[in-house]
Amino acid sequence: MDTFIQQLINGLSLGSVYALVALGYTMVYGIIKLLNFAHGDVYMVGAFIGYYIIANFNLGFVPTLVLTMLITGLIGVFIYQIAYRPLRNSTRIASLITAIGMSYLLQNGMIYIAGPQTRSFPQIIDNQMYSLGSIRISTMQILMLMTTIFLMIALQLIVQQTKFGKAMRAVSNDPEAAQLMGINSNQVISFTFFLGSMLAGAGGVLVGMYYNTITPTMGAGPGLKAFIAAVVGGIGSIPGAMLGGYLIGMIEVVISAFGNSMIRDAVVYLILIIILLVRPNGILGKHETEKV
Amino acid sequence: MLAIDDIVVHYGVIEAIKGITFEVNKGEVVSLIGANGAGKTTILNTISGLIPATSGTISYKDKPITKASTREIVSSGISQVPEGRRVFSGMTVKENLEMGAFLRKDRANVQKDLERIYKSFPILKERLTQDAATLSGGEQQMLAMGRALLSDPELLLLDEPSMGLAPLFIREIFNIIEEINQRGTTILLVEQNAKVALEVSDRGYVMETGKLVAAGPAQALLDSKEVQRAYLGG
Repeated sequence: MDTFIQQLINGLSLGSVYALVALGYTMVYGIIKLLNFAHGDVYMVGAFIGYYIIANFNLGFVPTLVLTMLITGLIGVFIYQIAYRPLRNSTRIASLITAIGMSYLLQNGMIYIAGPQTRSFPQIIDNQMYSLGSIRISTMQILMLMTTIFLMIALQLIVQQTKFGKAMRAVSNDPEAAQLMGINSNQVISFTFFLGSMLAGAGGVLVGMYYNTITPTMGAGPGLKAFIAAVVGGIGSIPGAMLGGYLIGMIEVVISAFGNSMIRDAVVYLILIIILLVRPNGILGKHETEKV
Repeated sequence: MLAIDDIVVHYGVIEAIKGITFEVNKGEVVSLIGANGAGKTTILNTISGLIPATSGTISYKDKPITKASTREIVSSGISQVPEGRRVFSGMTVKENLEMGAFLRKDRANVQKDLERIYKSFPILKERLTQDAATLSGGEQQMLAMGRALLSDPELLLLDEPSMGLAPLFIREIFNIIEEINQRGTTILLVEQNAKVALEVSDRGYVMETGKLVAAGPAQALLDSKEVQRAYLGG
């Protein structure tokens, strides 16, 4: 039982990262129905930005996190403006292919800038182990969980309470009706990319600190898992992405610990397939009811 | 106030509006009637800047708005209540109304307008925290109208407000339309239900497959044998 709880705690850390990245997938999908496959690489870019900030300016955790999030957010807006915005009125497949191209561009661009080798992420916090009976939890794990929960609450407040957050929901619900309110959909979409990329940037920094290593290809795996998390939770749904992220993270860790880490990914895909068969809209996804 | 001059609109290669000219004067209720597919909604969406016109000009208060963005058109004082209400589901009644005031910075006046809308549509006040999708068709129509009014328009475009409503609700909605007009808002009304529309209108235009085929004072259209046969079921 203790081992199980221990694994759940470990799963919370991994799940936090998946959830942060999944939120970006789900928000962008919710607003322009685009599966932004470059999003995992935005998370990688975030990790590298955090790395360079610490290496060059030697800032503490909070300033590094905030600065990384802002820069990554702006990069996300830039990606939307140059890659996706010109395709707003084209077919969805055109944007999808562009997203895959953008993913390669970011990955290889980073290999060109930073080199392909794995880098060790500088340690900026004093990582200690706390014991509660036989359950152990590290400072880093607590920090990861707290940061993620804080960011999720902040995101919920922005989306539910602010004028721009409400405009986001209006555009995602009915873009044309939103336009009739005088809402500029490009502004709102840019804002969505900003928020989503900010969260991915935070995920990148946290993972760098947690696993101590970063590489230009680190975005592919968690990017895909976060995408699955978003689908399992219900793509387009913000609480769904959070739930899906934690669910996939915990399942992965528990399977690795009690079963076989070789079948870990297979189980995640199996869950995806089952969800798609049984509940194609995801756990918290809305049923598309057409109102006449 | 609003002048449409020889407007042509295409959907791809299909010519939906084939050169239409008409005007709406300040303080009037003008209705545009015609069968399904005549191009009535297209006209409204062209005025609102959702669809570009191929040729012709639209001017509002003597300024051309043919190339203006929807945002500019809304802030210049033209607001549309779209066909099928199009309320934001998943958002509360209050949030829907707030979206109507999206471009406004004068919070105190927005609050005043909100109070006035609660007075015209008491049912909305009762349902403020409810998801807009849970409202009945008539209530959604009221919400869509309240939402459009919150942008403080001088010209209100109404697209098929009677659609799918029970007769009792239709009467109520049209009473409110008259009320809104009496408070000084000019109204351009698009309707298939020609009789109800003409009864509250000063003037009317009859559309048929992208063209205007008749125009005149509302009462004259109501009395016209031709209009009666084609649109009034008499």
